[in-house]
Amino acid sequence: MSPSAYVTLSIILFAIGGVGVLVRRNAIIVFMCIELMLNAANLAFVAFARMHGNLDGQVIAFFVMVVAAAEVVVGLAILMAIFRTRRSTSVDDASLLKN
Amino acid sequence: MNPALASAGSTAAATTQSVVFWVLAVVSVGSACGMVLARRAVHCAVYLAAIMLSLAVFYLMEGAPFLAFVQVIVYTGAVLMLFLFVMMLIGVSSRESLVETIRGQRLAAAIAGIALVVLLILALGHAAIGPATQSVANGGVGNLTGIATLIFTTYVFPFEATSALLITAALGAMVLAHRERTSPKLTQRDLAKRRVASGRPTPLPSPGVFALHNAVDMPALLPDGSPSEISVSSMLVRREIGGDGTPALPPAPPEPELADREDQGGAEPGSQEPGAPPPGDGGSGQPVEASSKGGADS
Repeated sequence: MSPSAYVTLSIILFAIGGVGVLVRRNAIIVFMCIELMLNAANLAFVAFARMHGNLDGQVIAFFVMVVAAAEVVVGLAILMAIFRTRRSTSVDDASLLKN
Repeated sequence: MNPALASAGSTAAATTQSVVFWVLAVVSVGSACGMVLARRAVHCAVYLAAIMLSLAVFYLMEGAPFLAFVQVIVYTGAVLMLFLFVMMLIGVSSRESLVETIRGQRLAAAIAGIALVVLLILALGHAAIGPATQSVANGGVGNLTGIATLIFTTYVFPFEATSALLITAALGAMVLAHRERTSPKLTQRDLAKRRVASGRPTPLPSPGVFALHNAVDMPALLPDGSPSEISVSSMLVRREIGGDGTPALPPAPPEPELADREDQGGAEPGSQEPGAPPPGDGGSGQPVEASSKGGADS
C-alpha cells in the first residue's frame, strides 16, 4: 500500500478520536480517545518514515509512545484523586474553578 | 496497483498486503466509531484494544517491527491494563448519562470531525506523498539496529529527557494516588476488643453454598427453616448481586429450593427439615451438613 493510504487512515482515526474527546463525558473514555489520536499520529509518522526511507519517523513515534504512557499514568492518577473526593468521573462535574 | 507495490517486486505479497490493509482499516475505523459510541467504559476499552492490535499489524507492514512489538507490549499490555485497572477501581458498571449538557454539541462535534477529515485529506492531496522507498533501514542494517543507532546518537538528548519524564510521571502518580491515614491503625488487640464488644465473638455463619444452590449469595437456613441474613456477605447485598440481578435477600422460600437440589446431582430432595442432620443419604450428605452448620452458628 502506498503511504498516502496509511496517512488517510490515520487522518480518519485522528478525527474520530477528536470527536470522541468532544462528545464523551466520562473522563476515562476521553483519555482513551486521546490515546487513539496519539496512535493515529504515530501511524502517520511511520508512514512518512517509510516514504522517506529513513528511520527518524519511527524514532519520533517511539518517543510519542513513551510520552503517551507517562501521560496516561499521571492522567489516571489525577482521575482517581478526583474520583476519591467527588465520587464522579464526569468531566462536567469538575467545575469548581468555574466561578 | 501502485508504484510502491510494483517496486516490491512480488505481486502476491502486494495483494496480501493490500487485503490485510483494507480488512484492518475497516476493523480499526469501525472499532474507533464503536469506541466513541459505546455506552460502557469497558466496551470502549475492548474497542481500543482492537484498534491498538490492528495498528501493530500496520506497523509490521510498514517495515517497523520494533514499533509493532512496542505497540503490543506498551499499549495493549501496559496502558490498556492501566485503563482497565482504574476502571475497576472507579466502578465498572457506571453508565454515562446520555443527556446533552450543551445543546447541539454532538451535531457540532460530528460536523467538526467531518470538516477536519475533509480538510486534512485535501491537504494530503496537495502534498507530495511519494511512493514508499525501497529500504527503510539506515545504511543496510536492520530496523532494530538502525533505531538503536539513531536513539543513541542523534536523539540521545531527547532520550535522556524521556527518562527524566518517566521518573517524574511515576513519582507524580505515587503522590496523587497516595492517601494519608487520618486515623490510627487498629492493632490486633483493638480488633479483638471491638469484636468482643460487638456481642458476636464467633465468626459469621457461612452462606448456604452447596446446600441449595451453588452460589454464595444464598443465605444459610436456620434450624427453624428461616434464612439467616447475616450469612450472606454484606458486599453482595449492597451491590445487589443476585442470581438474576435481583437483590440477594430476601431469598425464595426454602421449599422449592430443596427441590432444586436435584440439579447438583444430589440424591432425593425428600421432605426432611432443612438444618436437620442428614440421615445418611449418600450423595447429598455433604451439602446438607453445610446448611446445618450455617444454621447452627446463627
